[in-house]
Amino acid sequence: MKYINHESVVKRMMSRLTINKVFKVIFFFATLFALLTLAILFYRIITQGIGYLTPEFFQNFSSRFPAKAGIKAALIGSIWLMFVVAPVSIILGVGTAIYLEEYAKKNKLSDFIRMNISNLAGVPSVVFGLLGLTIFVRALSLGNSVLAAGFTMSLLILPVIIVASQEAIRAVPNDVREASYGMGATKWQTVVKIVLPSAIPGILTGAILALSRAVGETAPLIVIGIPVIIQFLPTGLLSQFTALPMQIYDWAKRPQQDFQFVAAAGILVLMIFLLIMNSIAIFIRNKFSKRY
Amino acid sequence: MAQKQVSDQPSVQELIAKSSNKKQKQLVEKLIPIILFIIASISVLTTIGIVLTLIVETIIFFKDIPVFSFLFGTEWYPFANKEPAFGILPLIAGTLKVTIIAVIVAVPFGIGSAIFLSEYASDTTRRIIKPILEILAGIPTIVYGFFALTFVTPLLQQFIPDLKIFNALSPGIVVGIMILPMIASLSEDAMSSVPNSIREGALAMGSTKLEVALKVVVPAALSGIVASVVLAISRAIGETMIVSLAGGSTPKFDFDVTGSIQTMTAYIVQVSSGDAGYGTTIYYSIYSVGFTLFLFTLVMNLIAHAISKKYREEY
Repeated sequence: MKYINHESVVKRMMSRLTINKVFKVIFFFATLFALLTLAILFYRIITQGIGYLTPEFFQNFSSRFPAKAGIKAALIGSIWLMFVVAPVSIILGVGTAIYLEEYAKKNKLSDFIRMNISNLAGVPSVVFGLLGLTIFVRALSLGNSVLAAGFTMSLLILPVIIVASQEAIRAVPNDVREASYGMGATKWQTVVKIVLPSAIPGILTGAILALSRAVGETAPLIVIGIPVIIQFLPTGLLSQFTALPMQIYDWAKRPQQDFQFVAAAGILVLMIFLLIMNSIAIFIRNKFSKRY
Repeated sequence: MAQKQVSDQPSVQELIAKSSNKKQKQLVEKLIPIILFIIASISVLTTIGIVLTLIVETIIFFKDIPVFSFLFGTEWYPFANKEPAFGILPLIAGTLKVTIIAVIVAVPFGIGSAIFLSEYASDTTRRIIKPILEILAGIPTIVYGFFALTFVTPLLQQFIPDLKIFNALSPGIVVGIMILPMIASLSEDAMSSVPNSIREGALAMGSTKLEVALKVVVPAALSGIVASVVLAISRAIGETMIVSLAGGSTPKFDFDVTGSIQTMTAYIVQVSSGDAGYGTTIYYSIYSVGFTLFLFTLVMNLIAHAISKKYREEY
C-alpha cells in the first residue's frame, strides 16, 4: 500500500519549481535594468562628449560659440571649492563624531544631536542653498564667493562625514582603549594616539565619498547665485567663481544642438574628476584598513 | 656595569613627575570636551538655521500674500505683470506627479533587485553587482538630468507622439532610476539581516526559494523595506536638477503627465537663476516654497525613522 502518491507530489512540486525559476529570471531582469541603464548612460555620454574633449577645451573659458567653449574656469573653480569644503567639513565632521562616540554621555541631549544629524541628512540640497543664501551670502555678506559656496557645501555633506566617522571610530575595539588607559594615558591622548590612527582609513574613505557628492551637487550653487559666464580664474577665497556642475547645467539648458555635445564633454570631465576621487578612496580603504 | 647605567638614569618616579605637567594636562582634558561639544552643536545650529531662515522669510512673504490663497490657490503665476497668483497647489501637483512615476519605476525594480541579490545571487555575483549599484547612486543628478533631456524624452516621444519636450514622464522615470539603488541596497540590507536559520527552516519544510523569499524573508524584513521606500520618496520629492532640466517651468494643477510641469524645487531654481530682485515678493516666495518642501521631506523622514524603529524585529 502506498501512503504517498509519488506522481502527484512530483506534479505539484514541478509547478512550484517552475514558478520559482520564472521569478528568478524576473528578479534577475529587475537587477539587469539598473545595470543596463548605467551602460546606456555611459555609452551616450562618452560617444557624445569625446569629440569635444580636446586640449583647447581645458584651456578656454566658456563661450557663446560651442566650438570655442571651454571648461577652464569651472574645473579650477571646483578645485578651489574642494580646498574650502574638505578642511571645513572634515574638521567639523570628525570633531562631532569624536564627541558623540568618545565623550557624549548617554542622555537626551546626545540623543537629540544624533536624531538631528539623521534628519539633516534628509534635507533636500536646494534647501541648504536657501540657508547659504540667507546666512553666508547675505547676513555675513560673503557674496557669491568660493567661501560662501564652500561653507554651504560643507554643511550639506556634514551628516555623511559624521556618520562615516562614527562608524570608523566605533569599529576600534574597546580593548585597545583600555590598554591605553592602563598605561596611564589620558582620554585625549588615547583618542589622538590610539583611536584616530586606527579609524583614519574609514574616516578618509567616507570623507572622500562625501566630497565627491559635493563636487557633483548643483542645486545649492544655483540658489546662492553662482554665475556661469566667468572669464577669469578665482583669485582668492572671496572671489567669484563657477563650478563644473553649474557649467554643465548652463550648457545643457541651451537650445543649440552643439551645446549638448559640449555639455556631454563637461560631464565627462566631471565623471573623470569623481573617478579619480573614488579611486583614491578605494586605494586608502584597501591599503590602510586594519582588522582587529 | 649594568647596575651603574641604571643608576645614571633618572628613576621612574622622577620620569613620571617630569613628563606629567599635571596642570597643563588637566586643562587640555577639560577644554577638549567643550571644544568638541561646540563643534558637535554646529549640526544642531544648521538645523535651527534652516528652520529659522525658512520661517522668518516665509512670514515676510505672508505679509504680501494671504496664507489661505497660498495653501489652497490653484494658480501659480508669480511673473504675471498685472495680477500675480501664488497658489502652491500646482507646484505640489508637479512634485507629486514626478514622485509617483518615480515610485512606480523604482519600487518593483528596486525590491526585485534586492530579492535577487539577497536570495538568489551567489556571493560572486553580489560582489560584482553591489558596487555597480553604488556607482549608479553616486552619479550627480545633473548628469541624470542631461540623460533625461537628451535620451529618455526623445526615446519616449517615439512611443508617445504627443509628449512635449518638457514633461513629467521622462524626469519621473529618471528620478525613479536615481532612487532605485537606494531602495535596492537598503532593502537588501534588511533582507540579509534576516537570520539564515529561519530560511533553512522554511527550506527544510519543502519551500522553494521563491516561497522562502516572499513568505518568510520579505515579511520579516518588511519594516526595513518600507522605510527604504519612504526615504526614497523623500529623496524624489527633494530632487532638483532632473526636474529643472527635463520637467519644464509651467506649473499646472492637473493630472497630465505628457505636458510641461514645474515642481517646488524647479521653481526655486528658476527664480534663483533668473534675477528676481532682493526683497520682492518673488524673492520671498522661494522661501515659502522651500519651507513647504522642507515640511514634506521632514514628514517623510520622520515616518521612515518611526517605521524602522518601531517595527524592527530582533532575532
